[in-house]
Amino acid sequence: MDAWLIGGVKSLLVLFMVLQVSALLLWVERKGSALIQNRYGANRASLFGVLPFNLGLVNTLLADPIKLFTKEDFVPAGADRFIHSLAPFLALFPALITFAAIPFGDSIELAGTTIELVAVDLDVGILYIVATIAMSVYGVVLAGWASNNRWALLGSIRGSAQMISYEVALGLALVSMILTYDTLNLQAMVHAQGNLIFGVLPAWGFIYQPIALAIVFTSGMAESKRVPFDLPEAESELIAGYFTEYSGGKQAAFMLADFAEVVMTAGIVVTLFFGGWQVPYLTAEGWHLPFMDLIPVTGWLVTVMQVGAFTIKLLFFCWLQILVRWTVPRFRYDQLMNLGWKGMIPLALVNLFITALVILLAGEFS
Amino acid sequence: MSELWFYLLAGMTVASAAATVLSPNPVHSALSLVITLFFVAVHYIALGAHLVAALQIIVYAGAVMVLFLFVIMLLNLQPDPDESRLNPVSAIATGAALILTVAIGRLMFAFGSTAPVANLPENFGTTKALAGILFRDHIVAFELTSLLLLVAVVGAVVLAQRDKGETRG
Repeated sequence: MDAWLIGGVKSLLVLFMVLQVSALLLWVERKGSALIQNRYGANRASLFGVLPFNLGLVNTLLADPIKLFTKEDFVPAGADRFIHSLAPFLALFPALITFAAIPFGDSIELAGTTIELVAVDLDVGILYIVATIAMSVYGVVLAGWASNNRWALLGSIRGSAQMISYEVALGLALVSMILTYDTLNLQAMVHAQGNLIFGVLPAWGFIYQPIALAIVFTSGMAESKRVPFDLPEAESELIAGYFTEYSGGKQAAFMLADFAEVVMTAGIVVTLFFGGWQVPYLTAEGWHLPFMDLIPVTGWLVTVMQVGAFTIKLLFFCWLQILVRWTVPRFRYDQLMNLGWKGMIPLALVNLFITALVILLAGEFS
Repeated sequence: MSELWFYLLAGMTVASAAATVLSPNPVHSALSLVITLFFVAVHYIALGAHLVAALQIIVYAGAVMVLFLFVIMLLNLQPDPDESRLNPVSAIATGAALILTVAIGRLMFAFGSTAPVANLPENFGTTKALAGILFRDHIVAFELTSLLLLVAVVGAVVLAQRDKGETRG
């Protein structure tokens, strides 16, 4: 089959998956926050007011984008018009393309061609993710600068300082994961997590590297600039931070970028620490539960179960981030920086050192 | 890669590099520089060196450019409308650059046709191949470079440190 066609279909599939989950999270966040704060939330949108019952999800998903895209698109006086328009796309783009390297299933056979279920099976997949995260700072910095607004500039300076700080800890934790799996390829990392420890326990990353998991998850949340790390937008201090001067569709792009980053963080955590698309004990021959007989599962069913497992894990970690957002209060700025530079980075360094030492000693004595 | 793609990509790289130099607004030229570095990374990918491309984006387009933007924003440089574009220094610099470009181009055309085309090993550009070169063949140079970077980091910390007598601001 044509390699271009396969690549195009896979890329579109992944892109739409990320966009759909991001849009879904917009509703989940509104309803979830209402659940936590003991109120109804998002129950006003009804289709032309004629439906007797309230389809909250569908109506909100339709009503929110229509509302946002029909609003006035305002550019303040003295703003750099070109960069002001460019910034929302620079914020959204890295968050959307990160998922290209994240595998969502094992390879499948289709008309004699082996297709890896990942948009781009990169040899340096994990570095590609680090690179896209590094690029996500630009949208924030340029949005604040181009708005010609003090609050926006303060927000973007806070944002860039925070994102660069936590990127260091994130990168160091990812290096220890590279050492653990001995590869940079994310599909190979997921394959490695299909093994069993002592024939009983699935060899998922969080068992080997619980500290790295804590660092990656926390830094990922800091990268997405949400509560408790929402200093760059801190509405009680900075109006709305770096996107104060944005309205309508451009503001929607920043919101979508936020949610896409949530999905991205969940994707990284699931792939590196929770087995990616691996279903525990499911191998090519069937479901091999410990101390039990083989349950034969083959063919397409395996693929469907694996993609389903990945989706469920992904949605769980998205939900976990929303839960944290609505239950933990915002940090003070010095607390944020202390946590990053004096807490996470030394911890990541020690974790990396111990990981390297253990691998070296294991190599010596085996 | 087909020749057409190469020339398209090379043209865009040169155009964004030119925008870096010619833009009167410092932030615009910084942004053009990021785009130039990005295009260089695409060249690396086209040559099969995925690792170098990823590192190019992480190190240059990511970290260095963010710091660069910081400097520009905090210094708050405004484009100066009075400044003449044709002062003697820039004229001399432009002339020198043109002569250098022509000389390099002439040399490349002179040797280009006879230069041997290296046969690339099969795993060229992969992480393993690069690591072999870096950590086995050129280990001394690698270690000396990292020492240099360490000295720079220590220097930055010393410079940023407050004097003991100074009160906290």
